[in-house]
Amino acid sequence: MIAVLPVETNNMGACINISLGRTPFFLIYDTNTNHSLFIENTAAGSQGGAGVKAAQLMVDNGADVVIAPACGKNAADVLMASGIKIYKSSGCSIKDNITALIAGTLEELSDIHPGFHNHGGSGN
Amino acid sequence: MKIAVLSGKGGTGKTFVSVNLAFSAGNCMYIDCDVEEPNGHIFFKPQITDSHDITVDIPLIDSSKCTGCRLCVNFCKFNALAYIKGHVEVFDDICHSCGGCSLLCPEEAISERKKSIGKIQSGISGNVTVVTGILNPGEESGVPIIKELLNGKNDGDIFIDSPPGSSCTVMESIRDADYCILVAEPTIFGMHNLKMVLELVNIFKKPHGVVINKTQGEFPALKEFLSGNDIEVLMDIPYDNELGKINSMGLIAADEILEYRVLFSSLLKKVYKEAGHV
Repeated sequence: MIAVLPVETNNMGACINISLGRTPFFLIYDTNTNHSLFIENTAAGSQGGAGVKAAQLMVDNGADVVIAPACGKNAADVLMASGIKIYKSSGCSIKDNITALIAGTLEELSDIHPGFHNHGGSGN
Repeated sequence: MKIAVLSGKGGTGKTFVSVNLAFSAGNCMYIDCDVEEPNGHIFFKPQITDSHDITVDIPLIDSSKCTGCRLCVNFCKFNALAYIKGHVEVFDDICHSCGGCSLLCPEEAISERKKSIGKIQSGISGNVTVVTGILNPGEESGVPIIKELLNGKNDGDIFIDSPPGSSCTVMESIRDADYCILVAEPTIFGMHNLKMVLELVNIFKKPHGVVINKTQGEFPALKEFLSGNDIEVLMDIPYDNELGKINSMGLIAADEILEYRVLFSSLLKKVYKEAGHV
């Protein structure tokens, strides 16, 4: 199973990032092989629609599950339409969350927020 | 002549000033561009003569023609498109209706459909034509409605009630204005927001003057700032409990109280003079 996590820096000691759409990096983790890959989130600097673009990136990287503290509606729409399950992260540690995922103790993220649009101050 | 009334923050008295000015001017048009919460009509109570929907174009994907090349998805700088399980998904709320995706699609798989985002109501109140833009709740941008509100309106005197702030909707509402009245509260917060709209009217090179509303005691910082920057103070409107009552009943102060009839006639004359009205 491929798990994708929004993370603050590109190493296993990094903390999980609060924003799924604008996190600087994603960790792509294969629970079958324990291989890990960090990719830059090219959606992070988007003027708008970062959630959609970030979710597209996760879909394109073959995610089966996403582990995040929160998820906006647009990103959730893309992920769910692709059959990707979204789990709520517990604490900041990557390792703890992956262990919890494998143990089946993570809860599915149920409270999808309407997004943090227009927080760039640009207005439109 | 088009006179726009704007302010950096909500609640300073844009509608109060623009409604009373239009009422005092008579034989004119009042256009409510504060499409997120238009309330000039509460005072004018116009008899509605026309109401029509305003639509924007949203891409419509013909999946049978789509080859999944993703040119459209990669092109959209607002990220309103995603490619999921062999289909392009459209996120209406994010789309800015630029039409780029349908132009670009090599398979001609993208056409456009109309989506209603609100409406424009026109009506008559005495000798004032009242035009109101109404954005549907939840819609992202009122710009298309404001464009349509002001489109082709060139005759006679027009008073434009702008949205609050200094974002795109405000820019759209003052684009063709001949003169801008900036309404400000004499507080630190009010002054901060006034500076933002001042910056905006300067970028647009619009002649402008300031109305200070709800003055109560002294706030010299604002006056010093305005005189230091050679900005015309058109009028001080003192804080008045009675005015609060009149407004809360949806009445027009210049219609109800002689003092305000005089005040707004005098403000109107000043504005006409500043704006070079003939």
